[in-house]
Amino acid sequence: MLEVKNVDVSFRSERQTRIFGTDRTQVLHDISIKVDKGSCLGILGESGSGKSTLGRVMCGLLKPDRGEVYIQGKPVYESRAGKKQLQQSLSIVFQDYTTSANPRFRVRDILKEGIMAYERKLGKKVGQETEYEDLLKTVGLDSSFLMRYPHELSGGQLQRICIARAVACRPEIILFDEAISSLDAHTQVQVMDLLKELKEKLSLTYIFITHDLTSVTYICDNVMFLYKGRITEYLPVSRISESKDTYAKQLLNSIIVYEDEMTA
Amino acid sequence: MAARFLHNKTAVATVTIVLVIAIIGIFAPFIAPNDPFKADIMNKYAPYSAQYPLGTDNLGRCILSRLIYGIRPTLGLAVLTMLGTLGLGGLMGLLAGYFRGMTEEIIMRVVDVMLSFPSQIMVFAVVALLGINVQNVILANVFIKWAWYARMIRTGVMQYRDKNFIQFSRCIGTPERFILIRHLMPSIASDLVVLASLDIGWAIINISTLSFLGLGVQAPTPEWGAMLNEAKNVLTSNPTQMIAPGIAIVVLVSAFNLMGDALRDILDPKEVNA
Ligand SMILES: Nc1ncnc2c1ncn2[C@@H]1O[C@H](COP(=O)(O)OP(=O)(O)O)[C@@H](O)[C@H]1O
Ligand SMILES: [Mg+2]
Repeated sequence: MLEVKNVDVSFRSERQTRIFGTDRTQVLHDISIKVDKGSCLGILGESGSGKSTLGRVMCGLLKPDRGEVYIQGKPVYESRAGKKQLQQSLSIVFQDYTTSANPRFRVRDILKEGIMAYERKLGKKVGQETEYEDLLKTVGLDSSFLMRYPHELSGGQLQRICIARAVACRPEIILFDEAISSLDAHTQVQVMDLLKELKEKLSLTYIFITHDLTSVTYICDNVMFLYKGRITEYLPVSRISESKDTYAKQLLNSIIVYEDEMTA
Repeated sequence: MAARFLHNKTAVATVTIVLVIAIIGIFAPFIAPNDPFKADIMNKYAPYSAQYPLGTDNLGRCILSRLIYGIRPTLGLAVLTMLGTLGLGGLMGLLAGYFRGMTEEIIMRVVDVMLSFPSQIMVFAVVALLGINVQNVILANVFIKWAWYARMIRTGVMQYRDKNFIQFSRCIGTPERFILIRHLMPSIASDLVVLASLDIGWAIINISTLSFLGLGVQAPTPEWGAMLNEAKNVLTSNPTQMIAPGIAIVVLVSAFNLMGDALRDILDPKEVNA
């Protein structure tokens, strides 16, 4: 349902050889991806490999130099209709939960913005108080959190609120940009179980950006390795051990060693 | 927000002072005991009395009544100056922060030029150029101040436009108006309010200074700076004539300065409310 075709992205370099130079550093090279409905795609790569940049291209925030993103066949950057369609069907959860929510908003206002997006899509008001409680219940919190500010919540709680906000828009796709990476191990498992449950219940499609192979094997169907802005491997998670890619093998080895140590 | 405001004693006190002064100014004709323009040469330098609570000046006019009527030009013009500054500076800052590119380049270079002039001298220059009158004083103040606000608002917009919560709003297609009014403006506002309330104190002093020098509000209009000007001629013979407007200016300006600090505490969401 979401397709990325031959996308190149470059940024103006910090260091220029001439004054007023226009040297650019290419961050993404010829990226093509296809995300099917109901699947979960993992995008794996080390820090600086261009994962977040790819994420921004996919959610319509960064126009690529070349190539196009298609949502249900409609081009996103070429047509307004495609852009609108994308806005209505894609939602996002960020890594850095401290800046993900406006610090001046109460939890209620944070969720309201998501609900407003749903109302725009529906063309009428939902406006029921139970909506907020339902949303909080979906992410395992109760309505006592409704009047709190973000700084009055723990990291895990705030990330749950961000997930609730993403779900409130009733999207078909949710993009997670390292959404669980900054949580502690125990909370990570809890949140991943929550995500799995939500995916089933709301029949969602996930795009899961991370640098952590374990979480990919836990939740994803397909995995894509990104190395220095290029796709080096793209295969189902079940066949991940057959990967030929050096970076993938390196990651796999580190996990196997880790597990050996655990059993030893 | 209201609860946080009521918790902060300084905020409540300073806002009350400013509001009371403003209300007295608005209802001056009902509150003032005498006609502020009515000279009574026979009765000049009268001491404190029931009829003239603060005595009379060198022309025998009631000082208290002049003080009360003087709120209108003093506070009114300062507020007008700030509104003009905020309006112009805010517009320019938002344009520069939002559209970037050529627009930003042009606006910011003008801002740089504006910021490189010493402000007090610029005010004198503009007033001298345009002629001595009240509108020109306001114009001059707005003209030299807007650049500070433009630069600050642009910095604020740039700082927040890439924050994740705004990226999220963009991603799900929240209207630009909502992003501007609910996300960007309140985030920038806390810095802005602090600067604006400090600067309104600055504007009061500036207008009073110009009036004191005879470049602003003209006699016989009662304005606090102009009242000081009239009092300076009789500094030795009737020093009390100077005290009333002097104290009034100090109180009002201090109230605005303290209000700035208090508002910053209130508008910062992380400030623990005791
Ligand atoms: N706005 C930008 N301007 C210039 N360079 C950028 C910008 N955003 C990202 N980059 C560069 O693009 C590269 C990839 O960044 P990013 O996509 O954030 O990596 P990841 O999320 O995989 O850690 C980095 O080298 C980074 O410096
Ligand atoms: Mg990243």
